[in-house]
Amino acid sequence: MFGEIESLLTVLTFVPTLGALVIAVLRFTTRPENQDITDRNSRAVAFWTTIITFGISCLMLWEFDPSISGFQMIHEVTWLEQIGLGYRMGVDGISVLFVMLTTFLMPICILASGAIKNRVADYMIAFLLLETLMIGVFTALDLVLFYIFFEGGLIPMFIIIGVWGGQNRVYAAFKFFLYTLFGSVLMLVAMIFMFLEASTTNIITLLDHPFDIDVQNWLWLAFFASFAVKMPMWPVHTWLPDAHVQAPTAGSVILAGVLLKMGGYGFLRFSLPMFPNASDYFAPLVFALSIIAIIYTSLVAFRQTDIKKLIAYSSVAHMGFVTMGLFAMNETGVQGAIFQMISHGFISGALFLCVGVIYDRMHTREIAFYGGLVHRMPVYAAIFALFTMANVGLPGTSGFVGEIMTMVGAYQVSWWIATGAAAGVILSAMYMLTVYRNVVFGEMTNPKLETITDVDMKEAGMLGILAIATLVLGVSSTLVTDVTAASVDNLISNYQAALEAAAAQ
Amino acid sequence: MAPIIVVFGPLLASIIAGIFGNIIGHRASQIVTTFFVVLAAALSWYLFFDVAMGGHTQTIELATWMSVGNFDVSWDIKLDTLSATMLIVVNTVSALVHIYSWGYMSHDPHRARFFSYLSLFTFAMLMLVTSDNFLQLFFGWEGVGLASYLLIGFWYKKKSANDAAIKAFVTNRVGDFGFALGIMALFHVFGSVDFDVVFSHVADHSETVLAFAGMEFNAIELIAFLLFIGAMGKSAQFFLHVWLPDAMEGPTPVSALIHAATMVTAGVFLVCRAFPIYEAAPAASAIVTVIGATTAIFAATIGLAQNDIKRVVAYSTCSQLGYMFFAAGLGLYSAAMFHLFTHAFFKALLFLGCGAVIHGLHDEQDMRKMGGLYKMMPMTWVLMLIGTLALTGVGIPPFTIGGMELGGFGFAGFYSKDMIIEEAFMMGQEGKFFAMGAFWIGIGAALLTSFYSWRLIFMTFHGSFRGKQKDYEHAHDSGWVMTGPLVLLAIGAVFAGAFFKDSFVGKDAFAYWGDSLPAGPYAEGNYPEYAEAYASGGYGGDAHAADDHGEAAADDHAADTHADAGYGDAAHGDEAHGDDGHHGHHPPTWVLWAPFIVTWLGFGLAWWFYVTKEGLGARIAANGGPVHAFLSNKWYFDEMYNFVFVKGSKALGDLFWKVGDVRIIDGFGPNGFAATAMATARRVARAQSGFLYHYAFVMLIGVLGFTLWIVAGAGGN
Repeated sequence: MFGEIESLLTVLTFVPTLGALVIAVLRFTTRPENQDITDRNSRAVAFWTTIITFGISCLMLWEFDPSISGFQMIHEVTWLEQIGLGYRMGVDGISVLFVMLTTFLMPICILASGAIKNRVADYMIAFLLLETLMIGVFTALDLVLFYIFFEGGLIPMFIIIGVWGGQNRVYAAFKFFLYTLFGSVLMLVAMIFMFLEASTTNIITLLDHPFDIDVQNWLWLAFFASFAVKMPMWPVHTWLPDAHVQAPTAGSVILAGVLLKMGGYGFLRFSLPMFPNASDYFAPLVFALSIIAIIYTSLVAFRQTDIKKLIAYSSVAHMGFVTMGLFAMNETGVQGAIFQMISHGFISGALFLCVGVIYDRMHTREIAFYGGLVHRMPVYAAIFALFTMANVGLPGTSGFVGEIMTMVGAYQVSWWIATGAAAGVILSAMYMLTVYRNVVFGEMTNPKLETITDVDMKEAGMLGILAIATLVLGVSSTLVTDVTAASVDNLISNYQAALEAAAAQ
Repeated sequence: MAPIIVVFGPLLASIIAGIFGNIIGHRASQIVTTFFVVLAAALSWYLFFDVAMGGHTQTIELATWMSVGNFDVSWDIKLDTLSATMLIVVNTVSALVHIYSWGYMSHDPHRARFFSYLSLFTFAMLMLVTSDNFLQLFFGWEGVGLASYLLIGFWYKKKSANDAAIKAFVTNRVGDFGFALGIMALFHVFGSVDFDVVFSHVADHSETVLAFAGMEFNAIELIAFLLFIGAMGKSAQFFLHVWLPDAMEGPTPVSALIHAATMVTAGVFLVCRAFPIYEAAPAASAIVTVIGATTAIFAATIGLAQNDIKRVVAYSTCSQLGYMFFAAGLGLYSAAMFHLFTHAFFKALLFLGCGAVIHGLHDEQDMRKMGGLYKMMPMTWVLMLIGTLALTGVGIPPFTIGGMELGGFGFAGFYSKDMIIEEAFMMGQEGKFFAMGAFWIGIGAALLTSFYSWRLIFMTFHGSFRGKQKDYEHAHDSGWVMTGPLVLLAIGAVFAGAFFKDSFVGKDAFAYWGDSLPAGPYAEGNYPEYAEAYASGGYGGDAHAADDHGEAAADDHAADTHADAGYGDAAHGDEAHGDDGHHGHHPPTWVLWAPFIVTWLGFGLAWWFYVTKEGLGARIAANGGPVHAFLSNKWYFDEMYNFVFVKGSKALGDLFWKVGDVRIIDGFGPNGFAATAMATARRVARAQSGFLYHYAFVMLIGVLGFTLWIVAGAGGN
């Protein structure tokens, strides 16, 4: 019955912006002495906006037909028609779950921002704008629109880190911005070239446009520069640990949960389908970088003294599985990569929330400061243990499904890729269990910890929802893979056809 | 319904005790978990008679786990004789351990959590053994690893317990690395991870070649080898054994359940389950034999010089697992399973007996501070003696005096361990690789086993007490809640071998195992007419039909015996040897008596060292010498691994972090660039607002403007 609302995606994308406007109005119409009322109201508005957005996205998923491989719920508004520019929104099996992931994590982020005390209204505005931009990235079907959303997302995140971050926030924000902008500029050049070549910015048309093989390599590299930074892949990953460490908890959740997935989504939407020959050509490079990322960053994670930095490095390693699976370009690999991204959104989000819980209480992330938390926080210890195991990739959690599927996919390509990734699985157990032991187990020797309290209802609720999501997907992965199957099959068959056509020439 | 209750009942109990343990209290948690596991045990005996004895094999499909392209994995409960046998082992020992823990853990403030973990372990182990595909097996495999991690580190205040838990998990992960790669290779070759699909296509891939580590391997060999790496980790075989002794940091009931009777045997189970692969992989099987035999002797040598009562038994477990592996490597799968089965009883008995000693002495584990305890805890003493007699394999080999067949009876270990040793010899006669080596190692390890086992008994229960007099006076037998399970296990340790011999490795083996395992050369050789009847009854078909044929054959057999006058004697053996080496399977008399002799030799030596010359062992240890130090320090494996792997990865991690990331990537990348940019910016900044995000906005607007300009320009043309 909602199928007729063809602007569903547009509504979904811009509802958070509306919420942001409401907060802005509230902020500027309330007198400064009533600051706390504004704060409380903006929290409420932000929370309900994200809940409504989540509701709308559920509606979208309800309307979504997983048997169709192409785009659905397309909303098109003509704009600068003569040059082929347009406003186009739509989702397919690849993007629809990323939208869900975004809308699912946002209410949790708003709830997790209780520790933010200054400029609450601004903070909420930034988050709501960020949500619009993130959803937009996954629904845009026009190059220019995509680019605006993709790059626009940088600004609120930059501000969130730079204003509400830790002590070294300016350095981190600057590093984050520089890195990502560097990649994006190259992508922009490539996009302009594509427009000049195909004289349209319509992604649906571009997907069918056969780019010349020589040109493909350059275009691929330009896009790669942007997506590899976003992912992030080794060696352009060093912005991530700093950004995570400095970002407020909710910022970290969104950064790890959604922003990193834009790189993977970009590969799926642009690099692989539009430049198949180049993707095939550069695949060994991607594999090598993925394996280096998995092993190198796992070892680095092992040596971290800051919990957040450790989890950030672990994120880089887990994203290595994603790129490995994507470029394996078989069903198991690509589906596994998408699954891994969704699963990592839950797990890393939950891990950052876990760090946030103790950071809010003790204001330090130093591993050495903690120890023996289980004596005072048994519920926290149990939840943290669950996500530790999920991050380690224990079967029964979603972490395992993503890892094994990407590895099975990669093994089809070559033994060494899968072997390298499997070695990373050993290392992940090493660093996660060590940090868990140092933080949670042992005697409580630090007297400052004696007053620490266990998780409250709100924290337990947020983590509980993520725990359920992790476990459900862990035992019933078809909930995700059935949605993505048709689109991924289509992607792969087009890719194979393109390679065969090139080989025949 | 029964299979589902068996597998998921313990999970439900674990969730109830784990999540609501604080609400419902310790007692309710204990009742819930124990109830479900005892129920599971009762039902699994029922299933055992239904499936293994009645031949009602079945596979219940529960749900889909993963389905992507042809990577199709479901949740199943597979019940055949192999899994039914494991079901009774796992559930029986688990139920007894649950009951025992009521007494053993009665003073622990975290009992609810403990019972929750125990039930969780039981669930994971059941998922492992009832799996219908390699991935669900892997689920159970890592699940038991998790439970083991949680239980080893149960007393989380102790640093040593936490370290041991991590060591166990990570070492197992090293094994799982191989296992996972094996599964990937399996899927690559067979396009499926289901047992049925894979095993029925093994023959098609005998020539398939896989590239690995820059070399070309036969696909089946490679897969078998990779899977075995997983088995090595879980079953604590040579190279990956280091975690098992440290795992003794956990509560003793855990050591009995997980680190003796069930989890550590999962590797043996895996090799048996995947026997069609190992049958087709002679080289990988040879590796299994060599590693198994090496572990059998290696662990036994370390067991000689340990003073911690639990560690002696732990190394003994390691060594006995070695026996199972070399049997499996030689193709004697049913013998390996037989030893697994009997070992579960007597090793759980020994561990729980150690627990009773430790409990009675208020957490003293050092045997140097024990002695003479048989007066204070006679019940425990008797039970431990039974366990030791079973472990060392005491029994009388069959012999004939004046046409009368005598002997051929003993404790459980006598049937299963001697079976393995003798059959290794027979395989050696056939020229199987390393079988003779395995035979001699088996004899040697049996000698050492006997020595260290009796050393344990003598140091603990005999001589004079060497600890504080107060402890001795307070030493006591445990209550019935702890002794009861011990008695049941002791019954198993005495009779399990004699009672199940025919089913596992004797004349009923064909009907018993059905399709799940080959009955073994001993059964085939000694009862060829059963084998034939069985084969014509459709090996690979309906097991029930085969069972009927088996009965029919039994009648024929009775008739034949009268006609041929003496089936099973040497003449028959010679006759049958003509066409097939397996037929007429009888080891020479000296081979039958060799384990008997070394067992008593070990006993005599231990008696001399620790009873006749009491204190001699301690003096030897004190005067040490390199050999004792080498054994007492467990061949320095921990030191070696610590240096290479732990220090190595720390150093690499530091190198990558401080040099790779900070100096090279950041130094030349963003920081270098940023330093330049910031210096420039600062110069310009005087006239600017100086807010970083203003620049950001300006930059973005600039970029957008640039785009529009290009776009508009292009449109204009």
